[in-house]
Amino acid sequence: MPADDRFSGETTKIRDRVSRSTRSKVIEGPVTDWATDFSHVDPAWAADPYPIQDDLRQRCPVAHTERFGGMWIPTRYEDVADVARDTGRFSSRGIIAANLRPPRDVAPVGDVPPISSDPPFHGPARKLLLPAFTRTAIGRYEESTREFCHGLIDEFSARETVDAAVEYAQHIPVRVIADMLGFPPEDGPQFRVFVEEALEAVNQEPEERAQHRDELFDYLYAQVREHIDHPRDDLTTFLINAELGGNKLTPEHVVGTMALLLIAGIDTTWSAIGASLWHLATNPADRERLVADPSLVIPATEEFLRAYAPVTMARLVADDTHWRGVDMKADDWILLSFPAANRDPAQFDRAGEVLIDREVNRHAAFGLGIHRCLGSHLARMELRVAVATWLERIPEFSLSDPSSVTWSAGQIRGPRMLPLRIA
Amino acid sequence: MKLTIDTSKCQGHGRCYDLAPDLFSDDEEGYGVVRGDGEVPAGKEEEARRAIANCPEGAIDAG
Ligand code: HEM
Ligand code: SF4
Repeated sequence: MPADDRFSGETTKIRDRVSRSTRSKVIEGPVTDWATDFSHVDPAWAADPYPIQDDLRQRCPVAHTERFGGMWIPTRYEDVADVARDTGRFSSRGIIAANLRPPRDVAPVGDVPPISSDPPFHGPARKLLLPAFTRTAIGRYEESTREFCHGLIDEFSARETVDAAVEYAQHIPVRVIADMLGFPPEDGPQFRVFVEEALEAVNQEPEERAQHRDELFDYLYAQVREHIDHPRDDLTTFLINAELGGNKLTPEHVVGTMALLLIAGIDTTWSAIGASLWHLATNPADRERLVADPSLVIPATEEFLRAYAPVTMARLVADDTHWRGVDMKADDWILLSFPAANRDPAQFDRAGEVLIDREVNRHAAFGLGIHRCLGSHLARMELRVAVATWLERIPEFSLSDPSSVTWSAGQIRGPRMLPLRIA
Repeated sequence: MKLTIDTSKCQGHGRCYDLAPDLFSDDEEGYGVVRGDGEVPAGKEEEARRAIANCPEGAIDAG
């Protein structure tokens, strides 16, 4: 068998894509009017987006901004669902709304398949990954995740205060995905840097973003080469050997999917765990109820996912189109706010309240339609285990310093500093 | 009451097999499947209704 030399070249193709991307002017400064000058990186949006969403939902309901080269922001559940399901009109070629638009010819594959892919490429690329992420397949990580959570708590349980975002929530998803991909667990701190640069730093100059991409892809290419020399039972080796329609995957596909799996699961789950603990720290009645009846952990975490949905996606308008009363131009961004959909009173009773025993909860925190979060069963397992283990070990806790809680800005929202008093 | 899943709508969210494991399970790709012939045993109607009401894709039908 000839040696696998797909990965010996430089990451030139990826650099070439970045250099061919369309750039728009960086517009900074505070938002003047949310309906016409929206920005998802404004600190006011990071601190508390819900009143803004509620206002826009009544007022617009599709808001707009000239920032990021032009972007539309639907706020009703029905509209968000329609965008997510209309993959012909709204393309996943770009999913992080920034000042850089990937070139048109990367569709229907995109940079990081399958999240960046459109039909007909999307289905088969996603299907390859589904078996590794079923609830049954994920079940085998549950016990080790619980032990890992206990280990983290052992480190700080004797102290008076702990930053639950930094010292607890953020470590949990990193460990599981590193294990699944077969990356060294000690590289964890490096992954968090990759994630921050890919998802949070969207107003950086394109050159800076491009350089950060290179660092990530250099790391991934090195991992692939290492796995070619030493194949093992993990997702990296699986992707290297996988085939679509009788052919091995292209190197860009292999490495793009690895980048996606690494980035998609970390910030998101970290945010969901952090937001759940923040809610319980600030709502003692819910905390006490959950401690008294641990079977409520399942509906409670679904409700936290609804009310504090961490993930907002984006789409690019494929061709000029008229939609919900507005004229959209090809390559306008659509910000796909699953958080806003999840608080639409037309879809949820008492949408603005957090009801930890909510019975009917068709929330969209994991998306809707063909891109439904591939990692949703993993994320749910991590979230349930992280919350249940915390409550078992630390049933009483509260914010130690409410003014020092910070929330991430951009498309992934969750607490980044969460100091709790635990004794 | 007889349950069916519309496979053209189901995206494998898994709410059905999470909430009503006696009535649904997952296939090897994580899509929902009804157990047996989908006929809901007596006393399980409430569970069936809860699964239907929580499917984000509206993929479960009860005939
Ligand atoms: C609470 C945690 C998480 C939330 C809220 C979340 C949310 C989402 C959402 C909303 C989408 C849809 C994207 C779109 O429509 O464009 C998505 C897709 C995806 N997520 Fe997650 N996610 C989480 C955790 C994870 C984890 C742990 C992984 C595992 C690696 C993961 C991997 C993916 C992948 C691969 C896709 C793309 C699926 C496709 O395009 O077919 N996510 N996620
Ligand atoms: S809840 Fe709905 S979408 Fe999810 S697996 Fe069941 S039938 Fe499919």
